[in-house]
Amino acid sequence: MSILIIAEHDNANLKPATLNTLAAATQIGGDVDLLVVGANCQTVAEQASKAEGVSRVLLADNSVYEYQLAENVSKLVVELSEGYSHILAPATTTGKNMLPRVAALLDVAQLSDVIKVESADTFVRPIYAGNAIATVQSNDTVKVITIRATGFDPVSAEGGSAELVTLSQVIASDKSRFVGEELAESDRPELTAANIIVSGGRGMGSGDNFKILDGVADKLGAAVGASRAAVDAGFVPNDLQVGQTGKTVAPDLYVAVGISGAIQHLAGMKDSKVIVAINKDEEAPIFQIADYGLVADLFEAVPELESAL
Amino acid sequence: MKVLVAVKRVVDYNVKVRVQADHKAVELANVKMSINPFCEIAVEEAVRLKEKGIATEIVAVSIGSKGCQETLRTALGLGADRAVQIETEDGVDSLAVAKLLAEVAKTESPDLIILGKQAIDSDNNQTGQMLAALLDMPQATFASEVVVENGEAQVTREIDGGLQTLAVSLPAVVTTDLRLNEPRFIKLPNIMKAKKKPLDVKTPEELGVSTASNVNVISVTPPAERQGGIKVGSVAELVEKLKNEAKVIA
Repeated sequence: MSILIIAEHDNANLKPATLNTLAAATQIGGDVDLLVVGANCQTVAEQASKAEGVSRVLLADNSVYEYQLAENVSKLVVELSEGYSHILAPATTTGKNMLPRVAALLDVAQLSDVIKVESADTFVRPIYAGNAIATVQSNDTVKVITIRATGFDPVSAEGGSAELVTLSQVIASDKSRFVGEELAESDRPELTAANIIVSGGRGMGSGDNFKILDGVADKLGAAVGASRAAVDAGFVPNDLQVGQTGKTVAPDLYVAVGISGAIQHLAGMKDSKVIVAINKDEEAPIFQIADYGLVADLFEAVPELESAL
Repeated sequence: MKVLVAVKRVVDYNVKVRVQADHKAVELANVKMSINPFCEIAVEEAVRLKEKGIATEIVAVSIGSKGCQETLRTALGLGADRAVQIETEDGVDSLAVAKLLAEVAKTESPDLIILGKQAIDSDNNQTGQMLAALLDMPQATFASEVVVENGEAQVTREIDGGLQTLAVSLPAVVTTDLRLNEPRFIKLPNIMKAKKKPLDVKTPEELGVSTASNVNVISVTPPAERQGGIKVGSVAELVEKLKNEAKVIA
């Protein structure tokens, strides 16, 4: 068996989700090649060659790949696919965007968001936002899979010495072009990558009131999230939404403030290792799944929490 | 400009799903079904393009058993002009769905195809991308803004860590994220009108597509039950527990 992994990076640094994906590949077994597609991304390839368990790093470094557009990168992956039993990518927005295109071009299914490897052809993945867990077996000749990072402990970023192979294929993308990007310039971690998340719900009362969560989040190095109710009420933008129709998260600590615990919110956060709920309604369903519940007025408890940290 | 929109019938997002006792699937009997929220956003976006005078016709497609005609009526109520149901068993996999939609697209020749980024049942997030690949069209997934002008669509996409804007030449495939729009409520007269709009039924055989899958579902189990914990009496006690018992903060 032989596995091709598409590395997650921003042309400067290899992203940690790649290391979790490598861990999944190690469990499948076989030689692992790591494909780095980008522009001026030599340093990424060097980092990739040091990651544990990589046999070869394949580097496609060309300006046409700068933004890793799905149209041409998928064609490149298909060109390289011969001989591989598995093609993996992290289940990030980049991986999710590109990999189904690879699967369709290869005329095979894709298994999305795999959280566990049972064997080389059998995998576990959440469905219904984690409210059910499916075990699926693929009979496709090539298994195309996205890996959810939270399901696998990362391999070491150091210690490897993979061979570096420079690719010459240049596939242009003439139907899609990059116009611009606006990356959140926050000192806080991204929601889906955060170890700690502090989330607010309808109980926050207003968008301004959400600011009281910032103090706690800053002290904890946490990301700030929200329930759908808070988003629907217009308190915060939709990209903060945790839940079935928002982001699925599984941090070490999830602090739910003024969140009642609607099913659709629980679906997005119930795999968190430790859940804290602060709510003045002691009947709120969130308390049924919280490890630590505090029945209190959040406008008193949150500032007190900030100063206690 | 013609817009094709794909819609899926799924368990309503407010329903707590239960796994069947035999662990073969999720219980669907007597469960409230609705249009997939991301698909609803896709229809709404198409309707807004029509209201702006950009789109001229909206065709909604759904794949599944007879029940998905209800979902198509929802799409028609929102403002789609006509509907196509492809009659299959429920649960056809993404690749087969993409192949069926590709055949419909070849007949309809839409300038824009809008789909939800994922269905909230199987959570695959694949169909739009697969469809784009099969049709060799550009794609703009996870859209939070779509501007159509000069033969291209400028699409702002929700990516990890922020937003990215791509320009894709038409015809193209766009998949919707939550921020794209807020779908309207369907007014009663529009529900009545939707009943009279045309709805064609086709079969995979007519389209020359096999819906067989190479993926077998071995089991569907409930997730590990989360046990409720304890109530703490004060913020001080909470911090103490998090530090010394749960050890999640320093």
